[in-house]
Amino acid sequence: MTGRPVSFRNRRRRGRDDGGFRFWTAIFALLVLGVVAAIGFELFRNSSLSIRKFGWSFWKTSDWDPVSGEFGALPFIWGTVYSSVFALLLATPIALGIAIFVSEISPHRFRRPLAFLTELLAAIPSIVYGLWGIFVLVPAVRKVETLISKTPLHRLPLFAGPPYGIGMLSAGLLLTVMVVPFISSVSREVLRAVPLTQREAAYALGATRWEAIKVALRYGRTGIFGAIILGFGRAFGETMAVTMVIGNNPQISASLFAPQYSMAAVIANEFSEATGDLYLHALTEIGLVLFVITLVINALSRLLIWSTGRAPKRRAETPAAAAVPEAA
Amino acid sequence: MKNPVANLLAAAAVAAAAAVPAGAQTIQLNGAGATFPAPIYTKWFSEYHKLHPNVQINYQAIGSGGGIRQITERTVDFGASDGPMTPEQIQNAPGIMHFPTVMGAVVPVYNIPGVEAELKFTGPVLADIYLGKITKWNDRAIAALNPGVKLPDTDIACVHRADGSGTTYIWADYLAKVSPEWRKRVGVNTSLKWPVGVGGKGNEGVAGQVKQQPGAIGYVELIYAIQNKIDFGLVQNMSGRFLKASLAGVTAAAAGAANAMPKDFRVSITNAPGPDSYPISSFTWLLVYQNQKDKTKGKILTDFVHWMLRDGQKYCEDLAYAPLPAQVVTLEEAALARVK
Repeated sequence: MTGRPVSFRNRRRRGRDDGGFRFWTAIFALLVLGVVAAIGFELFRNSSLSIRKFGWSFWKTSDWDPVSGEFGALPFIWGTVYSSVFALLLATPIALGIAIFVSEISPHRFRRPLAFLTELLAAIPSIVYGLWGIFVLVPAVRKVETLISKTPLHRLPLFAGPPYGIGMLSAGLLLTVMVVPFISSVSREVLRAVPLTQREAAYALGATRWEAIKVALRYGRTGIFGAIILGFGRAFGETMAVTMVIGNNPQISASLFAPQYSMAAVIANEFSEATGDLYLHALTEIGLVLFVITLVINALSRLLIWSTGRAPKRRAETPAAAAVPEAA
Repeated sequence: MKNPVANLLAAAAVAAAAAVPAGAQTIQLNGAGATFPAPIYTKWFSEYHKLHPNVQINYQAIGSGGGIRQITERTVDFGASDGPMTPEQIQNAPGIMHFPTVMGAVVPVYNIPGVEAELKFTGPVLADIYLGKITKWNDRAIAALNPGVKLPDTDIACVHRADGSGTTYIWADYLAKVSPEWRKRVGVNTSLKWPVGVGGKGNEGVAGQVKQQPGAIGYVELIYAIQNKIDFGLVQNMSGRFLKASLAGVTAAAAGAANAMPKDFRVSITNAPGPDSYPISSFTWLLVYQNQKDKTKGKILTDFVHWMLRDGQKYCEDLAYAPLPAQVVTLEEAALARVK
């Protein structure tokens, strides 16, 4: 008799709590949207002079002359994209290798220390990476570059120019070391989240270990792709470590030996001493460019994740079976 | 009497009451700007605070550009800059005055394998090196200045500051004075469009790159070179003498420029006349409004500048800054009387 109204009242109250909860979480989620919109708006507002004066040519020209007031962002865009893509090309296989070893192959007692050590790498401040870059990496890179520049390889555009040591190669390698822990820790978690049944099914069908791992990788590819994007974001926005080794020369060159520049680095380097409104607005517009490119890359990767994420559903029952023909 | 706790509370209340009026009298001045003189400014503000415990001066070393912006918007009580404000900037900050505080210098550093001797440079040679016109260390122009030094056939790798910096401003200001081509092609600013070379971050970035790279040349602040025991080259001054930078040489440059000192002190003392003047020297300035809105603060500020011009200068040598010559101090005191 009495149970009913009580439970009814509870349900009603629960409904109200749910509503409040929903309301507040929605507010917080909108807050994020609002912050992003506000950042975009502020960047736009504070770069209006430069936008009005240079228009789209800001994205396409490579003059950066604070004395005469000519500003173009292309060398910085180039340097940022080049160094990040280069770092990602190197870091992805290494990081996936680490993740696979730790989660699938390594003996149990090594897993925790290995995972701990890779995560420790992620916790090192970037200024420390930068100092390591200057004092250890750059001299080593210079030796390698000097060796390469004595071989016929020197004629390739990729290895052209004098062996300074600092330059794109050092920046790319330093970024590689910095993003590997990010990609590998997230990938490791993704692989650990792959249900054991997936691997067991593969083994049951006679798959080798490598084939079973491939099954797990395919199952977790959305997450792994997300990990790579996370690493890309990290490389893209990295400032201090990059500026210490990249050479800070706004030029567009295919050569890994060439000193170049990045968007985040030029803002950090020149903002504090920048005088004159146009100069400040041009630096802010670099921030806007960085913001827009980051948004576009994130949107594209979402799209990619979304499209690959849908694919396994269609073949939900087949990933293990797919491995079989190769095993047979 | 009745209760020790109550007594304690009463004592605390009395102490607090006593502290409040004293706290209310403490006057805070805020300043912001150049990073180069920040160590000596910090020293001055703390020494001045010892003499006047009720005055607290805060200084944020956010860079000359930031200092000029903040004093223009009047968000600070005084600004500081390594370069004088441009006429356009002064238009935005009517009534702003410049007060030289100390001086610094910039020196060329290099790393040539097998060369131990101190190299001699002239302004035009330095400009041509940084313009990319002189590319080898055994170039005739360098060899002619350094007879008896065996210069190798090594490429010159120019290193410059990547971060916007007063050091770059002084260096470029000097090169523009001695090389018409530099003035036309590159110009003078805290950041430049460099014809050649790589950028290092900060003095330490430039010095580190020069140290590691055989054949490199760079420029750093004299203070930085002295404190880190980095050897540097000699530069020819206007009288034709090759001088190794020293604090005395910098003060001499300021004295050499004092005769032609403009009323607003916005003067470049690079390539200053005088046999003992080191040519790549510069003032650094405090930026103060002539009409102080807050008269109490204004009075303290002028009092501080008075103290800095006289007593404060003795702290310079310890921190490796060049003190102001007496002529400049006299001129500044006359100008300071106009601050109201």
